[in-house]
Amino acid sequence: MQIYGREESALKTRIKFQKIGYVRFIGHLDVQRYFQQAFKRADIPVLYSKGFSPHPLLSFASPLGIGMTSEGEYADVELDETQVTSGEKLENLIDRLNAVMNEGITVLDWRKLDDTAKNAMSTVAAADYMISFRPGYYHKEVFLQRCAEFFRQEEMIVLKKTKRSQKEENIRPLLLELRPMGESIFIKTVSGSANNLKPELVMNAFCDYLGYPYEKIAFMIHRLETYMKVEDDYVSLLYPSTEMEAK
Amino acid sequence: MISNTMRELALTDEILMQIEKPARYIGGEVNSVVKNPDKVDIRFAMCFPDVYEIGMSHLGMKIIYDMLNRRDDIYCERVFSPWIDLHKKMKEENIPLFALESQDPLFLFDFLAITIQYEMCYTNILQILDLAQIGIFSKDRKEDAPIVIGGGPCTYNPEPLADFFDIFYIGEGETVYFELMDLYKEHKKNKTSRKEFLKAAAKIEGMYVPSLYDVSYKEDGTIDSFWPIEEGIPTTIKKQVEMNLGDTYYPKNPVVPFMKVTQDRVVLEIQRGCIRGCRFCQAGMIYRPTRERPLSMLKEYALDMLKNTGYDEISLSSLSSSDYSKLKELTEFLVEHCGEKKINIALPSLRIDAFSLDVMSKVQDVKKSSLTFAPEAGSQRMRNVINKGLTEEIILSGAEEAFKGGWKKVKLYFMLGLPTETEEDMAAIAKLCEKIAMTYYKMDAEYRNKTRVSVGASASFFIPKPFTPLQWAPMCELEDYSKKAYFVNDQMKAQHNRKSLSFKWHDAKTTVLEGILARGDRKVAKVIYDVYKKGCIYDAWTEFFDFDKWMEAMDENGLSIAFYTIRQRSLDEVFPWDFIDIGVTKNFLKREWEKAMKGEATPNCKQKCSGCGANIWKGGVCIENKN
Repeated sequence: MQIYGREESALKTRIKFQKIGYVRFIGHLDVQRYFQQAFKRADIPVLYSKGFSPHPLLSFASPLGIGMTSEGEYADVELDETQVTSGEKLENLIDRLNAVMNEGITVLDWRKLDDTAKNAMSTVAAADYMISFRPGYYHKEVFLQRCAEFFRQEEMIVLKKTKRSQKEENIRPLLLELRPMGESIFIKTVSGSANNLKPELVMNAFCDYLGYPYEKIAFMIHRLETYMKVEDDYVSLLYPSTEMEAK
Repeated sequence: MISNTMRELALTDEILMQIEKPARYIGGEVNSVVKNPDKVDIRFAMCFPDVYEIGMSHLGMKIIYDMLNRRDDIYCERVFSPWIDLHKKMKEENIPLFALESQDPLFLFDFLAITIQYEMCYTNILQILDLAQIGIFSKDRKEDAPIVIGGGPCTYNPEPLADFFDIFYIGEGETVYFELMDLYKEHKKNKTSRKEFLKAAAKIEGMYVPSLYDVSYKEDGTIDSFWPIEEGIPTTIKKQVEMNLGDTYYPKNPVVPFMKVTQDRVVLEIQRGCIRGCRFCQAGMIYRPTRERPLSMLKEYALDMLKNTGYDEISLSSLSSSDYSKLKELTEFLVEHCGEKKINIALPSLRIDAFSLDVMSKVQDVKKSSLTFAPEAGSQRMRNVINKGLTEEIILSGAEEAFKGGWKKVKLYFMLGLPTETEEDMAAIAKLCEKIAMTYYKMDAEYRNKTRVSVGASASFFIPKPFTPLQWAPMCELEDYSKKAYFVNDQMKAQHNRKSLSFKWHDAKTTVLEGILARGDRKVAKVIYDVYKKGCIYDAWTEFFDFDKWMEAMDENGLSIAFYTIRQRSLDEVFPWDFIDIGVTKNFLKREWEKAMKGEATPNCKQKCSGCGANIWKGGVCIENKN
């Protein structure tokens, strides 16, 4: 149905993007601003909240720490369906948006969300990471050889530090997978607002296990994918979406 | 085009992960210019000597960046001061300062141009030169070191910095930069010496090469004479002015920072200069004559800049926006085009009247915003001395209009320590604030909605600046500034509506130092150097400002603070900046000083020409006035 005049009709969409290269030093809040500005540059009709200080209806799945890269980032954005030119596919919007963005942040996919889909942030359940070794710190061979035995442990106790206190915590239930991947280590962890295991904490535990002092800077972390859970399976956050059809 | 994504950064991840806000140092922002450094003739580094967030907010730098990069043979890149944390690392690990775009060290560049916007950044300039590893003193610079150029308002008295710069560019950047660049290319091709190049550059109008001049002093420490030491070098340096602001360089694609910066919006400069002639204001004199940009240009640039940046706010920039003749048309245009796209409009430096209140109520949330008045002085007598043509009647009627329009917050700016100031003048500040509060409480209850008004006054201390009518004025002793502030504070507390009033004041120590540097001479250079060696940087940031170190260095160099600050200067004294010709004559400034002492006002440029001398450029308000 085409709606004319000033009325808006919300089109819920989900973007998958990557953040690689020097933009790894851009913080999460700045990435949000970056997208808001990019939408304006590309003249993409993003809907705004109502009220005194309207803000664009844009939300991100899971913040990425400074220094980390990713090829599995997601953001939900609501577009004004009446302003998306009839017949224009979201595929065209991808090109339009990428044309006004830095090379480091690139939209990989952009789809229409099913009306019943929950927002990305609340559905995140797990994430894959590739941990690479920065030269000059550890012998990576030791880590790669001992991945299996480290992962086989039934308990992984780490000291979790908060601002006020520190407490021991068993992170093993939140670690879903850990194995060598070429010269790097692949890990899958539980992620999301309820339970969240940061890859840094896994590597901290790995160092403890090997009897090495933990040096955060030694590990280069790259997020490969972010998942939601459907029944017992972890599936891509693009799951509840369809490709945008021409009208 | 070169791929930007995988480019090497100058700093290692180890360092970038340890310091605050690494996004300050990586470059590669949207609209930043990418060129192959090997394919250009001139590598030009444009520096704002403060932290990234401040520097990236500066309009002048954006104009030069855009202008120089339009030429294929020049690559202009940006540099800012590394923050304290990175400064330490760079010193420890001997990392040379680099430009953001290519991440290459500055010592590879042909030019390092530094914009000098305020006196309190002088030690940051030394930090830049030091970290760049090119020699702090001009005389120590090697043949292949970049040519260090200074520009901006502080170069209207460049003398305290004379030892550190190779050239000062006096005037507006749009005018003779390309002439200088072409001269440099010639010099590079013919492989002439650095000295020869500087000598040739000194002959371009507006270029001041301090090493080609010498100064002698009288016994009392004032200047006896100042002269060029070589044949053919000009004795006066003429300020350069862009007279056609409708057809010149202005960036349509300004760089959009990743991180939040101070001025995080599209900035549209609507005019340059100011007709008002406030006697304390340096900008009001050095940017004469007042010149407007045409409305058609501003409309076009506003839309293009918003489109190319994606910003959600646009701000008009000028010294006094209300004096722009097409302001109504421009704001109407912006309201029409911006509202629907959720773009805010910021209108600073507006006079508060029915028109501006109407515009502001359309573009901002009245409940949240505050209105600003700048009476600068409390009493009419004092305002006449400084030629601030704002009367109590205008302020009170403006405030009343504003209160009726729903505003509940008013800010007022004042100066303390003005010449001829009495206790009565200072007490008048509190009285004026009280009258504003009374204006509010006297209104019908329907306007007030049972809420209190907030009248916030803030005072800075007056600092005499070169090329102003008050350049002869003595400053106060350090202790007197605080006494004045406490006096006003007590007066505020004695008012009936004291609960609606608040009062803040600036740091007195900063005032004294700024005063020394503003009217300083070449002798002060050694103090700046010594203070930097003692570890002072970021003096503009109160948390790092160490006044005692400065006083120590003044003392060690045998310089008297009183000489630069509280001394009464005679009308025939030769000032360190007298060799610069800003168009406005010293005779005019003297006449204005004398009128100030008598408390006589001078009409603004649109009302009547007062013969300041700026009409030699035959343009702007000087000719509009004659029509």
